[in-house]
Amino acid sequence: MIGGLFVYNHKGEVLISRIYRDDVSRNAVDAFRVNVIHARQQVRSPVTNMARTSFFHIKRGNVWICAVTRQNVNAAMVFEFLNRFSDTMQSYFGKLNEENVKNNFVLIYELLDEILDFGYPQNTDPGVLKTFITQQGVRTATKEEQSQITSQVTGQIGWRREGIKYRRNELFLDVIEYVNLLMSQQGQVLSAHVAGKVAMKSYLSGMPECKFGINDKLTIEGKGRPGADDPAKSTRTAVAIDDCQFHQCVKLTKFDTEHAISFIPPDGEYELMRYRTTKDIQLPFRVIPLVRETSRNKMEVKVVVKSNFKPSLLAQKIEVRIPTPPNTSGVQLICMKGKAKYKSGENAIVWKIKRMGGMKESQISAEIDLLSTGAADKKKWNRPPVSMNFE
Amino acid sequence: MTDSKYFTTTKKGEIFELKTELNSEKKEKKREAVKKVIASMTVGKDVSALFPDVVNCMQTDNLELKKLVYLYLMNYAKSQPDLAIMAVNTFVKDCEDPNPLIRALAVRTMGCIRVDKITEYLCEPLRKCLKDEDPYVRNTPAVCVAKLYDINAALVEDQGFLEQLKDLLSDSNPMVVANAVAALTEINETSSRPLIEMNTQTVNKLLTALNECTEWGQVFILDSLANYEPKDEREAQNICERITPRLAHANAAVVLSTVKVLMKLIDILPRDSDFIAQLIKKLAPPMVTLLSAEPEIQYVALRNINLIVQKRPDILKQEMKVFFVKYNDPIYVKMEKLDIMIRLAHQANIAQVLSELKEYATEVDVDFVRKSVRAIGRCAIKVEQSAERCVSTLLDLIQTKVNYVVQEAVVVIKDIFRKYPNKYESIISTLCENLDTLDEPEARASMIWIIGEYAERIDNADELLESFVEGFHDENTQVQLQLLTSVVKLFLKRPADTQELVQRVLSLATQDSDNPDLRDRGYIYWRLLSADPAAAKDVVLAEKPLISEETDLLEPSLLDELVCHIGSLASVYHKPPSTFVEAAVPLRKTLPKSTVGGSEEPSLIGGTSMPSTQQTTVIPSQDSLIADLLSLDLTPHPSGGNSHQPYAQSAFSSGLDDLLGLGSDGLLGDSHGASGLGGTASPPSVGFGGGVQPMVGMAGAGALPFGAPTLPMGGMGGMGGMGGGDIGGIGGLGDIFGGITPAAGSGYAAPKQIWLEAARSKGTELQGTFLRRSGQIVMDMTFTNRAMQALSGFAIQFNSNSFGLAPAQPLQVRPLPPNQSADAALPCKTDGPVQKMEPLTNLQVRIHFYSHFRFMECRNSL
Repeated sequence: MIGGLFVYNHKGEVLISRIYRDDVSRNAVDAFRVNVIHARQQVRSPVTNMARTSFFHIKRGNVWICAVTRQNVNAAMVFEFLNRFSDTMQSYFGKLNEENVKNNFVLIYELLDEILDFGYPQNTDPGVLKTFITQQGVRTATKEEQSQITSQVTGQIGWRREGIKYRRNELFLDVIEYVNLLMSQQGQVLSAHVAGKVAMKSYLSGMPECKFGINDKLTIEGKGRPGADDPAKSTRTAVAIDDCQFHQCVKLTKFDTEHAISFIPPDGEYELMRYRTTKDIQLPFRVIPLVRETSRNKMEVKVVVKSNFKPSLLAQKIEVRIPTPPNTSGVQLICMKGKAKYKSGENAIVWKIKRMGGMKESQISAEIDLLSTGAADKKKWNRPPVSMNFE
Repeated sequence: MTDSKYFTTTKKGEIFELKTELNSEKKEKKREAVKKVIASMTVGKDVSALFPDVVNCMQTDNLELKKLVYLYLMNYAKSQPDLAIMAVNTFVKDCEDPNPLIRALAVRTMGCIRVDKITEYLCEPLRKCLKDEDPYVRNTPAVCVAKLYDINAALVEDQGFLEQLKDLLSDSNPMVVANAVAALTEINETSSRPLIEMNTQTVNKLLTALNECTEWGQVFILDSLANYEPKDEREAQNICERITPRLAHANAAVVLSTVKVLMKLIDILPRDSDFIAQLIKKLAPPMVTLLSAEPEIQYVALRNINLIVQKRPDILKQEMKVFFVKYNDPIYVKMEKLDIMIRLAHQANIAQVLSELKEYATEVDVDFVRKSVRAIGRCAIKVEQSAERCVSTLLDLIQTKVNYVVQEAVVVIKDIFRKYPNKYESIISTLCENLDTLDEPEARASMIWIIGEYAERIDNADELLESFVEGFHDENTQVQLQLLTSVVKLFLKRPADTQELVQRVLSLATQDSDNPDLRDRGYIYWRLLSADPAAAKDVVLAEKPLISEETDLLEPSLLDELVCHIGSLASVYHKPPSTFVEAAVPLRKTLPKSTVGGSEEPSLIGGTSMPSTQQTTVIPSQDSLIADLLSLDLTPHPSGGNSHQPYAQSAFSSGLDDLLGLGSDGLLGDSHGASGLGGTASPPSVGFGGGVQPMVGMAGAGALPFGAPTLPMGGMGGMGGMGGGDIGGIGGLGDIFGGITPAAGSGYAAPKQIWLEAARSKGTELQGTFLRRSGQIVMDMTFTNRAMQALSGFAIQFNSNSFGLAPAQPLQVRPLPPNQSADAALPCKTDGPVQKMEPLTNLQVRIHFYSHFRFMECRNSL
């Protein structure tokens, strides 16, 4: 299991160090600094083994979080834990950076004491942790309250407090989808998949059990339900989901048997489910970029955006991000619609359109002046893809 | 809140200042001071001098302060064990606190203080907490028992904590169950004998708890289920059914652990059943979904998918597209994806893969580009139909004239030539154009190989090689060796005009070089050429075996082991855990033997069947006993020996003991058992069945091609016989060899044991035993080749040993193709050189064989 956990700033100075097992010594702290943080480009794996000690690291903001072990631990679990640890810290004090970690080091030690025991992760749900680890010192809780806290920490529903009351019971549901697209130079779609998530915000009283029925159009691959393979059934009307994953509050066995998502929601914001589909993806937009290098220090970029959905629908807050080479010195922009701006800090042109109807087209053209910087000029620009967001 | 100020104190006399603050009356000031102390501790300053002062602050009702003091204690108690005792009282008091949070905190912290004196005091509170009414408090000691076991295993067993821990498995609270499972699994791994036996009942309990506990608890439970071997197919199927819903969990660790259990159980289930087909169908989507998680988790997932794809290629064969590299993937994810793409490439999707790879070859990252180019070559070798297209792609890439792309392309083209000889020579001219750009040894060597191989078709081959010879001394050894060979090839093909060149190279290699490899190869060629040019032609220009399709597959035995470790570090490194973890007991997990398929069980001779796990514990450390025995056997006493001789030959056919002429004594145990050898020779205190004793140090092993494996071998035939001899005297071994009664007189030979494990010797497994056939000791061995190449040229050599054992004739084993076994019986004599070994049963044997061109050496200690 995890032998120790360290937090470093970007320079490699230790901000937090907590050792859980004897086999990890303080030397490990320095070994990681010297071999990973200071040799950034050479180390190309999130897991490093040095002298029979394994280091797992993630980087969030300008902070490195590193777990150390000398055993054959469950690697997936360690990374999941590190991510959860950083989420928990963020929910306590906002952005994860050196300043905040230093400001809250006492709190972080308290957290580490609670969520990791002898290297075994315990309950890491921030909602529950907040009931008994607070920044205001300890509340003098009554005996009843205490036993309530403890039963909740270990209970079956570790993610929800009892006795929550709202005047108005509300439940918000957002579906966010990421379309990932690979296109050939001829504009042919090579592969596309949608990674979607259902984000919820719930403000409900008591201990409600929520149930979402899934309509019959949805078929989930690999679930092996009789008839699912029937080609007649999987016609165009069906929404085929390749796979989905659920928050820990969802009763997975029920989903298997009844085909319904049933859960007792945590309070506040959380991600209920994630899904993935690859079939019959209709792209809402087409983005056609044209790039021409007119001379050694001039470039012309033209991007056409075509909306591909029904004219009755409307897309809002469209944002197209066109990356530019790092040695850009100036940009002249002309766009038919919306506003565009060159952001030098992000090396990109950001083009915003407030709303756009279906089956429409719009374009932007830009002239980019490049600085010739001698040797650096030779280094190829790795042409990042154009990305866009909309609601 | 600006606690960051505590990090900035660097004044002199700081410790003293802190001391006064810690002793201050004001609570606020005290707390500030403790915070400062913790901050300095974090940065790595030594603040242990403040120990008594900090401990004084412990008695407080402020939980925050208490936690900080505890943290300090955990860090420094070890360096100040005497002072740490001061804290015990407070701890014990806190364990009685009405607040469950404080009770749990106190026990948890006490467990982390690894001072012997404190652990003594820990027992009582721990016992209480194990029965605490509050589940939060019960939860803590579960892990605490594991902590205590780590410090003092004997204490835990004496106090009966293990039983209490087992009781927690049936606790009503799922989280308590999960932590108890985690603790038990850990204790099981470190202890020498299995402490808990999983049975159907506990498994059922765990499966029920699985649905209710936290995500981490689920991981613990699933990991422990992976160690359980179901009794029959129905049970296995039941477990599969109950855990498959976990595949939809959002936590990647839960998903991967589930995959691990399923992969293991699939092997038990009957092959080709519908159930398996369904299961496999369910396995693919969750693994693909893992690829949209955080990059670090993607990396772990990809490393595991790499294993799964090798084990069961059918699971993911449809999913090629998801492994296409994304622009913003970190480099380590890209590299792994590339590996998996190659594994999944087959005729149907090769076009797609190639067009992707071609794209990648124009990326920016040098390593990634190199790997992509290599991947194209591997595609060509793997899918024959695509070879043509691959070659043309490579040619396109060479035209880009990007230095490292060209070099890499040359290297893979060499491999393509090996696979498809005489097919694509037309591209040689293009390669030759780029001769000057090659500066890496591997690329240069490859190019030289190509020139030598196709010397007859390259008009100016002699000129090209000559240009390399100019700078012979500046080249890397790899290039020098290749150059030497290629020049000889050239000479054999075109003897007329290259004699001068070959002589120059030969003298360069033999006279001016310090490298023994180069010199030796030079001499061999020289002599071959001068003695018999025709023979030289046969040797040098011999038909080369074609290279295989999959070059970098893992050894099957290693793969099986790694599949049992899915999700863990071993699966990320693709190495067995023993290579990076120092474990007290090397615990090897293997896939359960399939009930259906033919499996290679160690063949048992003489009808004695023992679970193989027991065999390793048979190694007795009975030096004194053998010492005494030995005085008898090495100087054969005609008197003693004679009297038993008839018995020895008729009643038993085997066993080193009667080779040594004395086992018969003990084996007659029923008549004069205790009075026999055992009685005189060994004090009853000799421990049998003690742990595995590593008998030969590993020193110097690193230099060998494979570390010299030290084998727990005491239990070989010799020991088996010894055991027989002892039955009368001590009786300890009699139990282990259960069922062998001396009176039965059935010929007994110790079952073959694995002397050399495949994973430790690049895939050669050796099982063997000693037995006696018509009065002669015979070493009966089974070689199994689990490596990819054929093995041949077996030879054996015994080091001097206590028994004077030596081979009576050379070892005869036929060349061994991959994945086959061969039996060999080696008669031995006992008049070899005698040398007292430590321990006495230690017998070192070297076995040599050739795998491809490599010379290997193994040392077995018996």
